[in-house]
Amino acid sequence: MELLSDQGFRVDGRKPNELRRFQAKMSVFSQADGSAYVEQGNTKVLATVYGPHEIRKGKGKAQHDKVNINCQYSMATFSTGERKHRPRGDRKSTEMTMHLKQTFEAAIMTHLYPKSQIDIYVEVLQSDGGNYTTSVNAATLALIDAGIPMKDYVCACAASFIDDTPLLDINNLEESSGSPELIVAILPRSEQIAFLQMNSRLHEDNLSKVLDCAIAGCKDVFAMLDQTVINHIQSVSASLSS
Amino acid sequence: MAQISLSEAERTFIIHGIQDNCRSDGRSCEDYRHMDLETDVVSNTSGSARIRLANTDVLVGIKAEIGVPLPERPSEGRLEFFVDCSANATPEFEGRGGEGLALDISNTLSKAYDNPSSLDLESLCILPKEQCWILYVDILLLECGGNLFDVASFAVKAALHNTCIPNVSLHRGEDGETQLDLSDDPFDVKRLDIKQTPSIVTVSKIGHYHIVDASMTEEECCLARLMVGITEEGTVTAMRKSGLGSLHPDSLYEMIETGKKVGKDINKTLYKRLLEEEKLGQNKRKVGFLG
Repeated sequence: MELLSDQGFRVDGRKPNELRRFQAKMSVFSQADGSAYVEQGNTKVLATVYGPHEIRKGKGKAQHDKVNINCQYSMATFSTGERKHRPRGDRKSTEMTMHLKQTFEAAIMTHLYPKSQIDIYVEVLQSDGGNYTTSVNAATLALIDAGIPMKDYVCACAASFIDDTPLLDINNLEESSGSPELIVAILPRSEQIAFLQMNSRLHEDNLSKVLDCAIAGCKDVFAMLDQTVINHIQSVSASLSS
Repeated sequence: MAQISLSEAERTFIIHGIQDNCRSDGRSCEDYRHMDLETDVVSNTSGSARIRLANTDVLVGIKAEIGVPLPERPSEGRLEFFVDCSANATPEFEGRGGEGLALDISNTLSKAYDNPSSLDLESLCILPKEQCWILYVDILLLECGGNLFDVASFAVKAALHNTCIPNVSLHRGEDGETQLDLSDDPFDVKRLDIKQTPSIVTVSKIGHYHIVDASMTEEECCLARLMVGITEEGTVTAMRKSGLGSLHPDSLYEMIETGKKVGKDINKTLYKRLLEEEKLGQNKRKVGFLG
């Protein structure tokens, strides 16, 4: 099955540097401090944020100079093609949890809330590739919805390298084809990389091409996230003033 | 669930309101809150549904897989319930925190569906004693605003209605083994008849009266509650009492009668709405969580 046709079209009809359809909504739930829902193509992710609040379990883990960031990454059992037996607790989910924690520790202004805790919970409802990237984008919106001060947005995008062409925002079929996968999360305004992971094998000559492609994708995602926040604020202030 | 602390005055206010058949939000004792229902929300499932009742949000996904039937029921398929309390609802559900509640809900649903008339399980049989369809019903609690059992059962009913099981044809292979051929045609599917499926109605006793669809604050004032599984015809398929208080048999009978009356109505309305939604077909506006 060829992932890139001769005319330059991918399996789902996109061009190599095209993002999947992006749709997002903030404040999806009223009980959480902040929540957001993001759809990138067929991947659907819900993120909620609670905090900052007092550290509940293990007061001994309190840090005197910064806030504790507690993440949980969970996938619904019906989210994948093959049914998952456990939504969380397996190695992949634990690894994702640590990656998310590491990413947001770089972006949140942790020095503002010492000895406190911020919880970020991510639930994947439908998985079609780009689970980490969509989770990061959803969690960013949820943190903004909760009003937690951050240095910048965190935007993530994944890229692959197939048939000498960098492909942006890969879906599940392209991910499982065995081609290299580069996942990047950046702080767009300063262009700092908060998270970088590469799987499989990529020649170093091609690295800068794929990295540039991924970073360009992240900047496009930033434009979408920013627009979502602006739309949300406009609708909230319109309903408050009327 | 998030802990609600109520003062004595608030408790008295709620109890007095219920005595006069006027609850805090103006409902009568037997009214449900406004419900939003949508089916076919998750695409890589055989059937899915999402229900939002005030602050309670439940998403159900059903996956149909081929497996081996139970030895004591060789010519029937089966339903397996699994409930996941997502940490999205409250931080207490993080990790394994929500397991108690999850087991409670899944066991109650299994009991309510565990009778020969609820669902035609024999239609799920492919090859007696060897192969059958197993429907994995996965319930995801996204937000808890009271009345979880009822909403979970309505969502399961809606998702079962939405489920499409591909038709299977059997033929004999070269080595004499029976082979299964799943149809690739998305329209060559089998649907389930949910007319006899039960819904769970929770009747909560507050003071000397009882109410249906308790909100979170009302649940705090409730001494005992009765969960009944009712079908559209009024047949009781399961019953369970929970809570710290005890019930007098007379109030128990009254609560069962209320549960039956409300259950019959809600089943009828749900079925009507599900058929209306299906009739919209391609014109249906897909909202999901974006609306």
